[in-house]
Amino acid sequence: MGVKLLLEKAQVAGIRSYDVYRREGGYRSVEKALKTMGPEAIVEEVKKSGLRGRGGAGFPAGMKWSFIAKPEGVPRHLVCNADESEPGTFKDRYLMEFLPHLLIEGLIVSSFALGSNDTYIYIRGEYAWIVDILEAAIGEAKANGWLGKNILGTGFDCNIHVQRGAGAYICGEETALIESLEGKRGNPRIKPPFPAVQGLWMRPTVVNNVETLAAVVPIINMGGEEYAKIGVGKSTGTKLISACGNIKKPGVYEIDMTISVEEFIFSDEYCGGIANGKRLKACIPGGSSVPILPANLLLKTAKGETRYMNYESLSDGGFATGSMMGSGGFIVLDEEQCVVKNTLTFARFYRHESCGQCSPCREGTGWMEKILKNIEYGKGKTSDIDLLWDIQRKIEGNTICPLGDAAAWPVAAAIRHFRDEFEWHVKNPEESQKRNYGLAHYADAIHVPA
Amino acid sequence: MADQQLVKVTIDNISIEVPAGTTILNAARKIGGEVAPPAMCYYSKLQGSGGKCRTCLVEVSKGSEKDPRPMPKLVASCRTTVMDGMEVKNITSPKVLDMRAGVVEFLLINHPLDCPVCDQAGECHLQDLSYEHGKEGTRYEFQRRIFKKHDIGPYIQLHMTRCILCYRCVFTADQLTQKREHGVLDRGDHSEIATFIEKSLDNDFIGNVIDVCPVGALTDRTFRFKNRVWFLKPMDAHRDCPSCSGKVTLWNRGDEVYRVTARKDEWGEVEDGPDGKPAWICNTCRFDKKKTSDWVIEGPRMINRHSVISANHYQGKVGMIKPTEIFEAVHEGRKPKLLMDIHKVSEVNKPNVELSKIEGPAHAKDFRGAK
Repeated sequence: MGVKLLLEKAQVAGIRSYDVYRREGGYRSVEKALKTMGPEAIVEEVKKSGLRGRGGAGFPAGMKWSFIAKPEGVPRHLVCNADESEPGTFKDRYLMEFLPHLLIEGLIVSSFALGSNDTYIYIRGEYAWIVDILEAAIGEAKANGWLGKNILGTGFDCNIHVQRGAGAYICGEETALIESLEGKRGNPRIKPPFPAVQGLWMRPTVVNNVETLAAVVPIINMGGEEYAKIGVGKSTGTKLISACGNIKKPGVYEIDMTISVEEFIFSDEYCGGIANGKRLKACIPGGSSVPILPANLLLKTAKGETRYMNYESLSDGGFATGSMMGSGGFIVLDEEQCVVKNTLTFARFYRHESCGQCSPCREGTGWMEKILKNIEYGKGKTSDIDLLWDIQRKIEGNTICPLGDAAAWPVAAAIRHFRDEFEWHVKNPEESQKRNYGLAHYADAIHVPA
Repeated sequence: MADQQLVKVTIDNISIEVPAGTTILNAARKIGGEVAPPAMCYYSKLQGSGGKCRTCLVEVSKGSEKDPRPMPKLVASCRTTVMDGMEVKNITSPKVLDMRAGVVEFLLINHPLDCPVCDQAGECHLQDLSYEHGKEGTRYEFQRRIFKKHDIGPYIQLHMTRCILCYRCVFTADQLTQKREHGVLDRGDHSEIATFIEKSLDNDFIGNVIDVCPVGALTDRTFRFKNRVWFLKPMDAHRDCPSCSGKVTLWNRGDEVYRVTARKDEWGEVEDGPDGKPAWICNTCRFDKKKTSDWVIEGPRMINRHSVISANHYQGKVGMIKPTEIFEAVHEGRKPKLLMDIHKVSEVNKPNVELSKIEGPAHAKDFRGAK
């Protein structure tokens, strides 16, 4: 049984209400932080904890906090990014739905550390019912003196506002989120300046993921150094993984980043193995935008070592033989699944969600989708595979925001690892409409050069 | 300006000193010529423009004197400011040229390529860009985006099919006029420039969106299909206009004025007026004053790099800043490879040396002593 920090109390009856949450030891971190620690001490504690951003990029949260500019007389803002729209990721939804007070507790502490008197939760528009849960929780917290003016007599004022998005994936990118929050079209801004200098209404702003802000609570409660002891290497603490796909037990799991990928998929404590007695073919370990890995490279790295569920191990081997932790959307594909179709689904998603601001992403995503559609429906040519490779290469890294990269990586990885499946689709247009390519050799042991 | 701090930046091995805070693109424009990256969306007179088209991507091989690490990705030169000691590679970087060809391809896949019937042909930035940086063929085999033509107001027609979504017209309408009535609708590859439900643009300065449009998406309805721009003769002219500077370019054929535009500089941007502000012109000057008698003609327009009739007339940039460190100085006497002067090469290759009589590859010594 792994360590649980965030979801420990998730199954306590009535934890959504303030009374039960407080009885279970909630809001202790606010008392500790506001009464005994200063803002700098909190930032220092988060730095010590080695907490990395849980939204996908994995940037150290304490470092991000210390970058915030502090000009005289200009208000600062903390924005909670709850615009969780990555296909395969649903961890924030679980956290906000079951433990709304945990997020609010984390927000109060983080707002105090950053000096934000007006803190915003930008929530995905489709999570309409969670808005009600959060607003009820904010109301309860306010009624009990955790929010509003002069919290705990420290003179610190803080209000939390919940803002619903309108259903755009791009608004999960921090500068697009800020634009949308300001009431504009959700186009990513061109960086620099970074939000830490000029963010919301041109004021210094920090944008953090829901899980990152919730993780501040255990860090304050147990101390940064204790938190850093959980996990391994630079992957400290616990991570929520939302597992889905062809597994027996899909759901949100909290892991302490020391378990192996094999254990995570096959042990009964977590995913419980592949459903319907099928075999594992491939997996997308961190949400739709990270590279897909075939079974053999997923369980073992190219060096033949066991792959673990943490930031370093999942990205071992770079993009050639590795992937990324991403946002923790763990999508498992069994032998019945078609990688070409899967790639087409993702390409369609990114084409639909591209904001249309910069040309490589606007035009390239649509082009990739059209080519993939041809290949999937038996009209592809062999040259199309090379063309796809060339298009993704010209999108990646040349766009304003990471959506271009997110659209290019799945296509690149699918061609890199499953090229024979693409070729089979092209060469057998009729057969590929009737059956799938199957497991092929993707689960074979990898040859490790001595 | 004298007390402003100058920083040294090296672009394609040519060094120049510019004030701190200048963008790489503007520093490269000071050097001029091939070194300046192409820009489709950046417009120096419009605040907030740039960063979108990605044609001006350059490689930064040395960040600055303090932090010499190269930048990991190609950067948009129109939005990246120079640092002291920065080294930039534009046309000397194969990676940049490859990616630029890719961007041109992306811009063209949904472009109708209807240059023969397009009024912008001849002065189109996308034409220039694809001639200079594009590939000759297309790999796109699908139907292109189709939009209906829209008349936005009595003077302007919008062809969304040709649009490359540079957002310049949106910034123009936002910054020049009080009423902002058009913007971008939808997103991704089906996003379009549009007014709010078939509204017309009737502001007095809205005609300037035609001048800023780099392609033929926004065209002048009083000039459509009247003539090709290369048959017209551009003349500088002015009139006493109550609402604008009145300094314009007339496009004449014979005595007839076919169209009136603002005066554009060598980067295709509206020139600054005597007050140092861009000399935008009003709709009355642009659309209504189409008689020679309305204008005081100053003389023919100077020919520059961007002029429609610049072929064989191009004399180089007037007042170009000479690079302080030329190639030969940097490369210990070796001649430049990419930016080479074709006339110098032909001096070496003396015509009276018969190449077919030289055994093996020709060397410099074969030409030495020949007349």
